[in-house]
Amino acid sequence: MQLESMYQEIILDHYRNPHGRGLREPFEAEVHHVNPTCGDEVTLRVHIENDTAGDPILSDVSYEGMGCSISQASVSAMYDLVVGKPVPEALETGEHFMTLMQSKGDASVAEKLEDELEDAVAFAGVSKYPARIKCALMSWMALKDASARALSAAHPTTTPGGAEA
Amino acid sequence: MTQTVSRPAAGAQKQPLPLDVEAIRADFPILSRTIRDGKRLVYLDSGATSQKPRSVLDAERDFYETCNAAPHRGAHQLAEEATGRYEAARATIGAFIGAPAEEVVFTRNSTEAINLVAYALSNAATARDERFRRYAVGQGDEIVVTEMEHHANLVPWQQLCERTGATLRWLGLTDDGRLDLADLATVVNERTKLVAVTQQSNILGTINPLDGIVARAREVGALVLVDGAQSVPHQPVDVTTLGADLLVFSGHKMLGPTGVGVLWGRYEVLDALPPFLTGGSMIEVVRMEGSTFMPPPQRFEAGVPMTAQVIGLAAAVEYLQRLGMDRVQAHEEALTAYALEELAGIPGVAVIGPPDTVARGGAVSFTVEGIHPHDLGQVLDDLGVEVRVGHHCAWPVVRRYGVPATTRATFYVHTGYDDIDALVDAVRKAQEFFGVVPDEVS
Repeated sequence: MQLESMYQEIILDHYRNPHGRGLREPFEAEVHHVNPTCGDEVTLRVHIENDTAGDPILSDVSYEGMGCSISQASVSAMYDLVVGKPVPEALETGEHFMTLMQSKGDASVAEKLEDELEDAVAFAGVSKYPARIKCALMSWMALKDASARALSAAHPTTTPGGAEA
Repeated sequence: MTQTVSRPAAGAQKQPLPLDVEAIRADFPILSRTIRDGKRLVYLDSGATSQKPRSVLDAERDFYETCNAAPHRGAHQLAEEATGRYEAARATIGAFIGAPAEEVVFTRNSTEAINLVAYALSNAATARDERFRRYAVGQGDEIVVTEMEHHANLVPWQQLCERTGATLRWLGLTDDGRLDLADLATVVNERTKLVAVTQQSNILGTINPLDGIVARAREVGALVLVDGAQSVPHQPVDVTTLGADLLVFSGHKMLGPTGVGVLWGRYEVLDALPPFLTGGSMIEVVRMEGSTFMPPPQRFEAGVPMTAQVIGLAAAVEYLQRLGMDRVQAHEEALTAYALEELAGIPGVAVIGPPDTVARGGAVSFTVEGIHPHDLGQVLDDLGVEVRVGHHCAWPVVRRYGVPATTRATFYVHTGYDDIDALVDAVRKAQEFFGVVPDEVS
């Protein structure tokens, strides 16, 4: 069975005992993303505060969702990775995760990204199954979207018409 | 209106199957390939698209190799031959549903056929030609669908209502997966212009009682469009007894090629509809100031048609006719009975849809407690069992039954008991893999 390469124990742990689940206050943006081919859903909020240097920090990411183990474990692993990080760094981590998802199972890609992705590197096996990549990416797309909305709301001159979720 | 028929738990029986599965499998080249490191291909996704027998592939290839040309254009020999084959295919496909050739319109698929009708009904309001306005839909009119429809027989009607100001109404569902006809007489009323209903649900497997719906539509003068995408491939359908005005189905779900579908309409209805797509081959006279159009079916076939696919579909129809649609239906019913019993025997599995084979076709949707359908589909695929997971383009249905998605197995002429055994084994293995084997209850 190739299945074990996708359903790593660490993924199933995140699925069964998700970290950071639940919608919390305060938040600056809330988004709802779906995977229309299958109905996976996530509602995600970001709370962004400026640190002493004035840089935006992801103080909290809270979420509710339903869907397959991959989509739900992915948002849990993402929570561990990004909370407390400066927003640009969190989004860069998202780019690394995207690279991992495009690796088509190439182990050398996963190896290089181990430090950046921590638990989330366990999703490498998903990259071999094109139909499931969207499941793993959904929460990262939601984070990117919510962060952009929160930041554009904070600086309304840079992006006009930041849509409400 | 409906009642639950409970089935004695006698253990699944394998009645002799009406079709010779081994002989049929030999006709489908794809069934000899393997899946995921050498597993036998157990294809249980014919409801999404069917596999193709060699005779269909040969018919397409033969057309391209011997008489490829654009039909209904040109006077050369190839064009004559291509036109002859194309029109002979139309007659074959029409005869399959009891219709004369001039009532058969070729479209890309069922989805396009439904859109053709929906756009014709809104185009009718602004048609310059008086005779095309007969079925115009506008403010104050109503379109009726059901909660069971595939998105293809729902979204085009929502859009028609948005364009015209008409109102969309629908018939709901009962808890056991059937149409709730209790308020048929109020939902279908004198304001109704068209009732669009599926003959067989792609997700629940339910075969709908069309007679009552047709009778009520007749009383109020509404048109009836039947979505036959999941019925025409699997049971005998005869438009002379169906009672509908319009019927759509897709070639690729009935052993034919992709890219060809059929809109059948009573000639009187088709003749009163304005065109949807316009351009070459559907015109009568073209002047810079305006154009007139051909009679049906050409009025609805703009551009060079999907000739090879139409010829392939005729070969598919001939294949099905050789098997006999009565036997195809009986074959799938035996498989469905077996699958329902076997699935009911797995703790944690719940079938979404009618629990027995009464007015039910071979689409079996189910959920497995503790395993999301995507994850289940992944394990099944790893074992060579190809099913559909998700909302099956019928999102309101899964919402109605309170599940995020289902796993669906669909059967066809090459399906045997061994395929269903493979499915059942794979579901049990998935329960073990995810550690969610419920306690056996006797």
